[in-house]
Formats: sequence, structure tokens, C-alpha cells
Amino acid sequence: MTTQAQPQTAATQAQPQADRPVEVRPPMAMLAELTHRCPLSCPYCSNPLEMAARETELSTADWATIFAQAAEIGVLQLHISGGEPASRRDLEQIVGAAHAADLYTNLITSGIGLTERRLDALVGAGLDHIQLSLQGVDAAMADRIGGYQGGFARKMQVAGWIGAREIPLTLNAVMHRQNLDRLPETVEMAVAMGARRLEVATVQFHGWATRNRAALMPTRAQAREASRIVAEARERLKGVLVIDYVTADHHADYPKPCMGGWGSTGLNVTPDGRVMPCHAAHTIPGFDFPRAPGTHLGTIWRESAVFNAFRGFDWMQEPCRSCERKTRDFGGCRCQAMAFAGDARATDPVCIKSPLHARLQTAAEADAASDQTTLVYRTGP
Amino acid sequence: MSALPDTAVPRLLRGVRTRFDRVRGIWVLLAPERTLRLDQIGAAILAETDGVRSFGEIVDRLAAAYQAPRERIAADAGAFLAALIERRMAEAR
Repeated sequence: MTTQAQPQTAATQAQPQADRPVEVRPPMAMLAELTHRCPLSCPYCSNPLEMAARETELSTADWATIFAQAAEIGVLQLHISGGEPASRRDLEQIVGAAHAADLYTNLITSGIGLTERRLDALVGAGLDHIQLSLQGVDAAMADRIGGYQGGFARKMQVAGWIGAREIPLTLNAVMHRQNLDRLPETVEMAVAMGARRLEVATVQFHGWATRNRAALMPTRAQAREASRIVAEARERLKGVLVIDYVTADHHADYPKPCMGGWGSTGLNVTPDGRVMPCHAAHTIPGFDFPRAPGTHLGTIWRESAVFNAFRGFDWMQEPCRSCERKTRDFGGCRCQAMAFAGDARATDPVCIKSPLHARLQTAAEADAASDQTTLVYRTGP
Repeated sequence: MSALPDTAVPRLLRGVRTRFDRVRGIWVLLAPERTLRLDQIGAAILAETDGVRSFGEIVDRLAAAYQAPRERIAADAGAFLAALIERRMAEAR
């Protein structure tokens, strides 16, 4: 069912590097994808194209065990996500279990499925922070992008409830060609909501977004203007709003330091308990993802082939291997290397030193120049 | 010159807290989407920042505890807290 760029070689991508052991530092953060179910069907959803069915979802007790193990191996921050985590009726108990494990608990939500009573229960259970997604600054745009009528009105209501309770709030605005021109209003909306942080997250072209490149790819001019607006707003709103900015990397010259380096700071647990170094790692063939809580997270983190595959620098090829930027960007995104180069050890093709850089940018320019606006929505599990 | 007036009362915002990280053996400041490693000085400043004491009192206490010049403590603690305020992790009233 996938239409993603197909790997040219599939067999030996995921072999661990042998010989020299790489120092393994404890993980800082964990992303817990409680469910792939979601009332929205955003066309850039980062969930995999093949989703975990409800029957395969981990239980409340499984998550409690996983959280305790996570804390034990050094995880400090927990990001509870999905799908829509509020689609789990035991979300309050799950948050309670995270709090009991002494994890800093962040809920990543569209707001749909939250009520005032549930918010109170979540705060009572120890929730520290909410990250609310934003699909657009008005109902017409937001409901069309999210594929959910009435979603925007509901979200604004939830934002009001969050504000009334003074729950620390980050607004996560996913930006692309169809809404980037409204970035200034997005910034003002974050301020008006009382959010302390705004994430301006330009769509990353993995998962469902690869099916919507022609409809969502920002233009180079948009990307440049967005950078200018963010820089101006950061200066103007010092002490009011902190802005994190995920750039349109297909128009960039150097790659993102994806995940801060593979297996170095974070891990991701899928709804059915598979443990991955990032949410797109399943696009790299050859990995047999260990399962939590059956296998202890510490064993997975330290010893599994998948977490050791791209740790350190020995796995790198040229031009990464001798590049002075390798300690900053770790060669970029392994999944993007897989998708474009057919080789997960290749340089991220976003990098100007990649032989595929020109091809990636030409494809991005072509998609950005498209007049297509129709969307392929994600479907449910 | 300190970044904060002596009368200002600083405090960490809700959702921002210090914690001893047993695994790494360090103090950390946990905030939305951020984890800051605290050195001994940062941890000491935040241990005195209780939302009741004024900045002047905090500086006095640190100067006494560390037997350091008040001006230097005021400069260090002021810069540290001002940076947290700018990053929306703390406020001063």
C-alpha cells in the first residue's frame, strides 16, 4: 500500500556495526504513541501508513511498566502522543502512571476528545504540560486540513479551558504551502491563547506527507519568508513567547540533527509496544523492532541491533565520515537517506555535499510549483 | 549591575521544576520540551528561589552560604534568572 520512495536495496540496511563499542548515554526523552486512532485525518500525519489496530494496543498496566523502566534508565521527559491520545479512555490513568514514575509529562493532542472534566482529571493525575496542534488559523482551513468538520471550533474551546486552568501550553502549528502565508496570524494566535511556546513545524516529508508533496511542499520564497517572520517574532516577543522552528529542510543546504543523533537522546514506543529510535524508523528495512514491556527498555536501548545501527560515527560513509559537521548533524536523517538514496547509511540528501542534493531540491521545487490543493487524507487503523 | 532589581520576587512558572536525576547524578531543570542541566551554582540559585524571597534576599543568602562577594553573586544569579525569564520558564513580580 505504500507509495513512498522505494528502497533500491532492501536486504542489508539494518546490520549493526560490529567491533568497536560506542558509548551509550542514557536516553532523555520518550515518545509514547498510545494509539494510532484519531478523529482527525491530517494529510501529513507522522503515523505509519500501516497502523496498529485497536486490539493490538498496549494496556494501561503495560504502559505503567514501560514508564517505570524508562525512568529507571534515565528518561526525564515523556511525550504522550498518538494518533490522538485522548481517544484512549484510560488516558488519565496512563498520565497518572507516568507521574508516579516521576516523568515530566507532556500531552500532545488535537484537543478533540478532551472535556473540562477530563482536563481536571489529567491535571489531578500530574500532567505537566499540553502541546496543542493547530491545522490552521480559521475553521475553513483547519477543518479542511484536519479533515474534521467542527474540529477548529472545538479546539478553540479546549484552548480556552486550558488557558482558564493556566496549564502550561505549547501551540504546535504544522505549516505547509497552503497555510504558511498566515504565519503572522499563527504567532498572534499563540500569544492570544497565552501559550508560552509556539512550534512552527514545517511539514516533514515522511509517512502520509509523502503522498501529499505536490499539495503541501512550501515554495522556497515561503520558506525564506517564514524564517524572517520567526526571527522578527522571536525578537519582538522575548519573555512572552518562545518559538521553536522546524524549517523546510528540502530547501535547506544542511540537514537537521535528526533525533539529536540516532539512539542518543530519545526513543519511541508504538501503540503495540515496538520500540524505535524515531517514529519513521520502520521505513528502514531489515530491523526487527524489540517489544516493550516484554523486553526491558534498558536492554533494548543498550543492546538491540536497531538502536546500535547508527550510533556514533563508525557507520558513516563519505562525505559524512570526514565531514567537520558530523558531530553537529550526525549525517542528518537516516529515514530520508533511505527514502532518497535507498541506503540508510548515506548522507541525508538535504545536505549540499550529497550527490542527491540537486535531485532532492529539483523535486521539491517542482512540487512547490504545483497548483494542486487536493489532499490525500490519512485513514484510520 | 544585576539584571533584576533587589525587590523583585522571582519564581519558576508552573510546569517548571528542578529534580535530582539519580541516573546521571546531576540536578536538572525540567520545563516544557526542555531539560536543562544545572551546575552547582544554578541548582543553588533555584534552591533559594521559592516565590517568596526577593532577589535581594536570595543574593544575601547565597553570598553568605558561599562566602562570595555580593556583587558577583548578584550578577551571576541575575543573569541566570533573567535567562530563565526570557525563556518563559520563570517570572519576577
